[in-house]
Amino acid sequence: MERATAQRTAPTGFDVAELRTEFPILARRLGPHPLVYLDSAATAQKPRAVIEAVSRFYSEGNASVARGVHRLSGEATAAYEGARAAVARFLGAANPAQVAFVRGTTEAINLLAATLAERVEAGDEILVTRLDHHSNFVPWQRLASQRGARFVIAECDEEGELPLAEVEGKLSGRTRIVALPHVSNALGTVLPVSEIAARAHAAGALVVVDGAQGAPHLPLAVEALDVDAYAFSGHKTYGPTGIGALWLSPRLARELPPYQTGGGMIRTVGDETTDFAEAPQRFEAGTPAAAEAVGLAAAVEWMARVGIEAIAAHETALAEHAVARLESLDGVRVVGRPARRAGVLSFVVEGAHPHDVGTVLDAAGVAVRAGHHCAQPLMRRLGLPATVRASFAAFNTVEEVETLARAVERARDLFRGGRG
Amino acid sequence: MNELAELYQQVLLDHYRSPRHFGRPAGAEREAEGFNPLCGDRVKVYVDVEEGVIRALGFEGSGCAISTASASLMAEALQGRRIEEFERLFAAFRATVTGGAPDREVDLGKLAALAGVAEFPMRVKCATLAWHALEAALHSPAGGTTVSTE
Ligand SMILES: Cc1ncc(COP(=O)(O)O)c(C=O)c1O
Repeated sequence: MERATAQRTAPTGFDVAELRTEFPILARRLGPHPLVYLDSAATAQKPRAVIEAVSRFYSEGNASVARGVHRLSGEATAAYEGARAAVARFLGAANPAQVAFVRGTTEAINLLAATLAERVEAGDEILVTRLDHHSNFVPWQRLASQRGARFVIAECDEEGELPLAEVEGKLSGRTRIVALPHVSNALGTVLPVSEIAARAHAAGALVVVDGAQGAPHLPLAVEALDVDAYAFSGHKTYGPTGIGALWLSPRLARELPPYQTGGGMIRTVGDETTDFAEAPQRFEAGTPAAAEAVGLAAAVEWMARVGIEAIAAHETALAEHAVARLESLDGVRVVGRPARRAGVLSFVVEGAHPHDVGTVLDAAGVAVRAGHHCAQPLMRRLGLPATVRASFAAFNTVEEVETLARAVERARDLFRGGRG
Repeated sequence: MNELAELYQQVLLDHYRSPRHFGRPAGAEREAEGFNPLCGDRVKVYVDVEEGVIRALGFEGSGCAISTASASLMAEALQGRRIEEFERLFAAFRATVTGGAPDREVDLGKLAALAGVAEFPMRVKCATLAWHALEAALHSPAGGTTVSTE
């Protein structure tokens, strides 16, 4: 590994150089450059503990969950339910039965939009935010249009904050659902979820939180947030793709109808009607992604071992440092100034399109996201076609921020004199 | 950094900063939009065709340096050319930016400045966006269409 990126630079808690050795992919070089991976908000890299847990499941414990009397099936079932308990602990949820495994945040939100559909009537309102990812925006927009409900957007301000007064102003007696992100994937804003939830509940609405960027970047106590549903994706919390979790309040866990139907989610199937299983099995039709669940459990346990508070503090410190370093560059503008920022930031370079900046950074081994970040409604509001986004994980270092800043400087110089 | 210098040549940067044939030419009765949903780039191409000849060609849109310069250089290269010439030029251009073997008979002219794209497979769609739009505009009856890269 490159010495320059392997310094012991964590401002808090853990030894980053040591931790980096747990990520096999960080040994990769891109041409002459070590990989500088600043795209964890899209998907995080995986520590060996996760890769090995998945591999071990397939090598030693693979069988279908809750389907057989043979010993392996019993072990696989125990591993899968053990994973659910680990995810519940990670979320700060007392009862694993309120945690359903899903493919990811997108599936979780679609599950909610489908199973809440009957509660939304013509003339009702669904409130989302300008900061939402398409996956917490489009399902609600579609539901509203299918049910003849009003689709209302709470606007963010110039800083990328969602003012409480704005939410209060947009809530009404007809608001049935309030959907919001815990952390904006485009700007890094941490939203005041419990304050918003209190107001939404007072108005009689249910609160759905897209935790795709909350789970990787913040310590969670989902019950204290006092929301009705909280979704996240395993692949962004150092776990495998194809697995995520949806936490449901006791009431929703009890009341929501099935999403998909089929095997695994039934009690008895008659010729005429079927009796469905209780939560969480009611929401898990079909053979579950057991290896992925086991991998996700390994990931959240790994995070807990490193220390979630320490990871969060490390990432925020890196992001704040990157904001300051990038803003010190003439011609570079950081987009959004949230008072509370998780490990994500967006910026633009004068005269250079974000894709071109992305390519210049890539040539220096720096992986960032350039584009609309699945947040076109927000990009429209910001008046930008796209931004460059850098996002930080436990394994990133201050030296990598420096590599980023130097590559951004090079991009700026290359395009200097370009169209503004 | 040599690959970068190859990619962002002066000709390309010049056409990005000052695109030629920007806007809708008078008499352009056909148009099509190229859209890359992955990145949100949009290029709208306007063309006036008479008896198989491109009388006027212009474009509008917001995009990266590569898609903008490619549209500008394409518009410059094709004024007054026949549709068959567009087809041959597009084939040769596409072969060049994808690292294939272009038809040696075809002279790319200034479009050769985009040859560096071949080293950046992630950017091929930027380079060909306006070309796909022009192809759609030429093949569709009068009126607009949108072609998507995905
Ligand atoms: C805030 C946010 N919500 C939702 C998603 C969708 O997650 P997934 O694609 O894993 O379903 C993402 C990431 O892509 C995200 O960042």
